[in-house]
Amino acid sequence: MIVYRFDGTFDGMLTAVFDSFVRKECPDVLCLFSDALPLFYDVLHDVVTDESKSGRVWRKLCRMVSRGAQSALTRAFLTDRADFPLSAMRFVSRAVVSGESIEGDFSDQNVLVVLKECRRVTGEAHRLLQFVRFQKAVDGTYFSMIEPLFDVLPFAVTHFVDRFADQHFIIYDRARNYGYHYDGTDARRIVLESSGEHLRTGRLTEDMSDPQERLYQGLWKTYFNATAIMERANPKKQRQDMPVRYWKYLTEMQ
Amino acid sequence: MTEATLEKLKILAAAAKYDVSCSSSGTVRRNDGKGVGNTVGGIGICHSFAADGRCISLLKIMLTNYCMYDCAYCINRRSNDIPRATLSVSEVVDITMEFYRRNYIEGLFLSSGVVRNPDYTMERIARIAKDLRLVHRFNGYIHLKSIPGASRELVNEAGRYADRMSVNIEIPSEQSLIYLAPDKDYKSIYKPMGYISQGVLQTQEDRKSMRHVPRFVPAGQSTQMIVGASADTDRDILLTTSSLYRIPTMRRVYYSGYVSVNTYDSRLPALKQPPLVRENRLYQADWLMRFYQFRAEEIADESNPNLDLEVDPKLGWALRHPEFFPVDVNRASYEMILRVPGIGVKSAALIVNARRFRHLNSSHLSKIGVAMKRAKYFITCGELAVVSIADSSPEFVRCQLTARKDKGVSHLQLSFDFT
Repeated sequence: MIVYRFDGTFDGMLTAVFDSFVRKECPDVLCLFSDALPLFYDVLHDVVTDESKSGRVWRKLCRMVSRGAQSALTRAFLTDRADFPLSAMRFVSRAVVSGESIEGDFSDQNVLVVLKECRRVTGEAHRLLQFVRFQKAVDGTYFSMIEPLFDVLPFAVTHFVDRFADQHFIIYDRARNYGYHYDGTDARRIVLESSGEHLRTGRLTEDMSDPQERLYQGLWKTYFNATAIMERANPKKQRQDMPVRYWKYLTEMQ
Repeated sequence: MTEATLEKLKILAAAAKYDVSCSSSGTVRRNDGKGVGNTVGGIGICHSFAADGRCISLLKIMLTNYCMYDCAYCINRRSNDIPRATLSVSEVVDITMEFYRRNYIEGLFLSSGVVRNPDYTMERIARIAKDLRLVHRFNGYIHLKSIPGASRELVNEAGRYADRMSVNIEIPSEQSLIYLAPDKDYKSIYKPMGYISQGVLQTQEDRKSMRHVPRFVPAGQSTQMIVGASADTDRDILLTTSSLYRIPTMRRVYYSGYVSVNTYDSRLPALKQPPLVRENRLYQADWLMRFYQFRAEEIADESNPNLDLEVDPKLGWALRHPEFFPVDVNRASYEMILRVPGIGVKSAALIVNARRFRHLNSSHLSKIGVAMKRAKYFITCGELAVVSIADSSPEFVRCQLTARKDKGVSHLQLSFDFT
């Protein structure tokens, strides 16, 4: 068994592809430096991420597959599936040696995995657009806390900047402890150092929020309850489309 | 904005909830940098899901639930003794803007009971859209109801500011409509539909020669039919739907299972439960017409005017037409693969892509996402097939696919009768 270890970055994965071509071997495991090694293995190779190597692989890949497939691969790489880097590596390896584009070959396990993980990540990014809820603070900034499964906040920020161009806002990813602050001109990445109650619960306290904020939250909750047809109650469907893990930060579910 | 608004919002949201349409798709409008809001186009964004599982994308609300009509199926009919309320223009605008800024909604869905006359009501609806767009520079989604019987000028005025407009047919045949809603007829419904449609086509034509002609209802129109309030069969409903889709700007027809709101009216059936399964089958049939290239006459033919509640309409069609099967997934056309039960639009596209690279077998298909449980009776892929529909009979396949599994009782387990 051939084991490769890498640092978990996209460039690291591309360097691993480069190394596997140089060493003329196909790894069976691609794991992180921090992962436990399998009990038995023949070869262990530590991949040292090198941008000149990964760049060469990437440029070749760009010639071999469409823009759509490139972006699908980079998006899918944000997934939490531990065995995904190996699938990505096999996808890239096959793409760069085959004479034609392989992105449509969905009978290949690796192509299918890239597509499926891309769908999962894109779905999660879309759920950010759906389930971010802003609360207005006393200084007029709109504050929101989220905890997505993957690191997809950067995908969502451009959408919010376009939509709320005239309002200052903060969207904060609590799981990864960073966020974006938009100040009317551009969105900057921020890390909040303090440990106020609003950072733990995701809800602004009474003295921090705008005097009208509670009223509008009340209106929204009223609307939310009034618009449901109780003769057709379907809690299962509700949970399917709005997973329970988001409820913590949803105004209407509190 | 006070507690009184809260009460009004409650009444008017509850009054509007039987309108099914919720989509916020169909237009792309970028924020011009000065205002607030955009629409994303493609697929819309659902911001929340209510306890009935329906999505909340737009603030769906009525301007007023006073109404001069007395339609039997409607909760807001004149003769009902229910709390009534009216929101002022500034209240609607304010709630919309504040909800939108908190990312609660994609925009506004405004409907209204008819007060005084259709034109008066239509004018107030158009006013709100105009205020939102011009005074508040709101770029979000606006869906307006066109009031049956409203004049062309007012529909045109409203259409300049709306993304989508809709007129509800409610009842799929004219004689049932006149029976249940004596104040309405098909003319008053189809006329505003025609105005919208003409306006859209006119504007599209004008925009070809002049770039800055303002857009008119860019996301087209939709409509809705109530299912189960009249005696119409599914075939009637689907034929009406199919004729509606021939209107070039008609994007969606919604179906709404009738909820018995006016139980005292003897013209209406007394339903304990809204006909949810039937509604679901109609939506499936609608999808078959829009994405699977089926015609309404195929889905519900003359000998089966109602859809089978036990199996979905696609499977139903396949069971009635065994002569088309089995389909060879490696050779058949895309259109034919689409007709196989268990293969959807996505899997069909993946199959035609993937088969250029190698011969597909059943393990490939199930990985691609084909529901082999159903599809296996209708396809061949060069393997030793299970009993396909051609080797057996439609009755056998139907039996296999609708058999209920008894949970918890294994046939391997001996059971004793202790009584």
